[in-house]
Amino acid sequence: MDIFANLALGFGAAFSPMNLGLCFVGALVGTLIGVLPGLGPIATIAILLPITFSLDPLGALIMLAGIYYGAQYGGSTTAILVNMPGETSAVVTTLDGHQMARQGRAGPALAIAALGSFFAGTVATFLVALIGPLLAQAAQAFGPPEYFALMLFGLVGATVLASSSFVKAVAMILVGLLLGSIGSDIETGAPRLTFGIAQFAEGINFTTLAVGLFGVAEILRNLENPEQRGVLDKPIKGLMPTWADIRQSFPAVLRGTGIGSVLGILPGNGAVLAPYASYTLEKKLARDPGRFGRGAIEGVAGPESANNAGAQTSFIPLLTLGIPPNAVMAMMVGAMTIQGIIPGPQVMTENPRLFWGMIASMWIGNAMLVIINLPLVGVWVRLLRMPYRLLYPAILLFCCVGVYTVNGSYVDVLMLSVFGFAGYGLAKLGFEPAPLLLAFVLGPLMEENLRRSFLIARGDPMIFVERPLSLALLLMAVGLLLIVLMPSLRRKRDEAFRE
Amino acid sequence: MRLTSVIAAAAATVLAAGVLTGPAAAQDYPTRPITMVVPFSAGGPTDTVARLVAQEMSGALGQQVVIENVGGAGGTIGAARVAKAEPDGYTLLLHHIGMATSATLYRKLPFDALADFRAVGLVTDVPMTIVARKDFPADDLKGLVTHVKANADKINMAHAGVGAASHLCGMLFQEALGTPLNTVPYKGTGPAINDLVGGQVDILCDQTTNTTGQIKGGAIKAYAVTTPDRVASLPDLPTTVEAGLPEVQVAVWHGIYAPKGTPDAVVQKLSAALQTALQSDLVKTRFAELGTAPVAQERATPDVHAAFLKEEIERWRPVIQRAGTYAD
Repeated sequence: MDIFANLALGFGAAFSPMNLGLCFVGALVGTLIGVLPGLGPIATIAILLPITFSLDPLGALIMLAGIYYGAQYGGSTTAILVNMPGETSAVVTTLDGHQMARQGRAGPALAIAALGSFFAGTVATFLVALIGPLLAQAAQAFGPPEYFALMLFGLVGATVLASSSFVKAVAMILVGLLLGSIGSDIETGAPRLTFGIAQFAEGINFTTLAVGLFGVAEILRNLENPEQRGVLDKPIKGLMPTWADIRQSFPAVLRGTGIGSVLGILPGNGAVLAPYASYTLEKKLARDPGRFGRGAIEGVAGPESANNAGAQTSFIPLLTLGIPPNAVMAMMVGAMTIQGIIPGPQVMTENPRLFWGMIASMWIGNAMLVIINLPLVGVWVRLLRMPYRLLYPAILLFCCVGVYTVNGSYVDVLMLSVFGFAGYGLAKLGFEPAPLLLAFVLGPLMEENLRRSFLIARGDPMIFVERPLSLALLLMAVGLLLIVLMPSLRRKRDEAFRE
Repeated sequence: MRLTSVIAAAAATVLAAGVLTGPAAAQDYPTRPITMVVPFSAGGPTDTVARLVAQEMSGALGQQVVIENVGGAGGTIGAARVAKAEPDGYTLLLHHIGMATSATLYRKLPFDALADFRAVGLVTDVPMTIVARKDFPADDLKGLVTHVKANADKINMAHAGVGAASHLCGMLFQEALGTPLNTVPYKGTGPAINDLVGGQVDILCDQTTNTTGQIKGGAIKAYAVTTPDRVASLPDLPTTVEAGLPEVQVAVWHGIYAPKGTPDAVVQKLSAALQTALQSDLVKTRFAELGTAPVAQERATPDVHAAFLKEEIERWRPVIQRAGTYAD
């Protein structure tokens, strides 16, 4: 069969000592920047772009790809240990991962995140190799109405992220949508809610918002009780997951892998939804949903697998169509063009060594990440023993540096502190920031696609129900909303009957 | 009294030092790495052009030219930063056609494109291509024009946001046709091309840097290139002049700028380094693969660049004003 010959070609190319080394360097650098709060793969790849000049194209791409998925791994480490998501994908991991750490189970949380991700990465890599090109064609059926419906579905799911009241979650979603609408109007270019500040013209940066609301706020909360050693108030119970943990996680990993693989293929950055969708599904399927938000291991295993599967399959639109689905992939396009490879559907046929070498390197990179990360679990957990008077200033410094590097703008650092205080206030009042962040990410995507759909349909709303895919997604969103609302409706009725 | 004299003495020392070291510094220039601000995010087409040129200029100047991406607000944030930078030749700007169009697109700008900069030289004119989804009925540019005119109410033209090159070219195209079209904005070219490949929208005019791969891969249909000459990477594609729509002439030209007040000697040195860079094999081959070419040597000079910038500002002003779209 062709596929084996292709994979053999790929592994032959990726297994050269040079490329193995670059893959390792990429995975290691990615892990490190992922762990450092605020510093993301976009800034790092930008800094490293000049280095890739001197490499051959395949080696350069292998290294950059390694940084990308390495950062996804590393991001979960900070999310679990200090409740600080540096990447959109890690927001969900904070919910149960950080609770596990507080219960002294940081080790199993980190290990299950690494193992789940490896499994998901392996499956997704084979998917990319096996049916990637076909899937990419199918994903093209996703137009603006379909994206709108998908994002709406995601937004409804955001209510599930909160373990507190439904009303508070909705309030947070609305605030998130509002924050997301800051910036230039996509159609007319008119500035919205920018207050004349030029740096707001392209909206608020995700990293600034996430690191502020979660990270800085968490530090402020801990400063309130200087005596309390938040994370280490319980003894560390083992570094590796137990059999019971693995049994509990495995179905979540399988489902997460499936969700992530499918959403990652969508060229409009569908991967952003993957961890959220997986978390929602796990919480809905669980026999005792009350465990979620209090350290449920499935709440870490599922989203982490989904996230990594999505990260792998999001290479499909780039490699097979030449279309970058997100900002990191856009940087990869830049790296390719500097190397003289023009991304497009012809890369696969004209440059099979590059195409299949990349795919093979993804699997190798995932294996390397497990090798890098599992021994590090002990180191990370020990890091938590560091006195907070040393740890916190260091984290704050990294946050400021990381946020500054994204745009080289001090306004972002100021915003970081504003969001930090806002996050502290929200936590005090019992509001959870996760739904806010998801709404912030989805809002602009939803708005864009909604307006685009109307433009294409000349203002006819029927476009959303005439297209079967869009209709199906809308029905799913309505269904999910009913499922979410049902328990609270029933409770209210019970209360009414009692009186 | 004593304090003021101390300040006066200090000021005199600083001034003297400035006068004494000023010319010497210009002669020795450059003695430390140079920052070249790209007012767009890393990995984009302008960034790619800048990195290729910066690498070769580093060799010619004997100092590293480091790219710094300062994105946002259509390139005006990065440009504003360079406008306010020390005029010592260590902070430069590489900007594209947006330098000329932002003068009209933005009614409030923190800088004046002509007065606040010294032009160093032009870099490249990236051609644009008029493309359509691959099952679009028309087979050549004439057919396209006829079809679009006849079905103006059904055609969707994509662009990458207000002020983007694809938006400018789209405005010219609509002016040439005399028919306003339904335009669908995207956040960047990537998603716009994606929906074009997927058949969600009908036509687009975009830089060869973005479309060449898709055209060669047969994912989209190409009708014409918007420069006076054909491009080497797409030799079968006629120009708009050849294909009968000569009004649509547009190139995404790129130029390098220094803050106003930068010494002549420094500007000349930079221009010479730019000319050397543009003649290097690496820049030539990579540019060719992107569907463009370095500008002729005489255009990589401060005078030609400054005059051209002025022309372009005047050329685009009425087009943008007639369309009535502003970015602020």
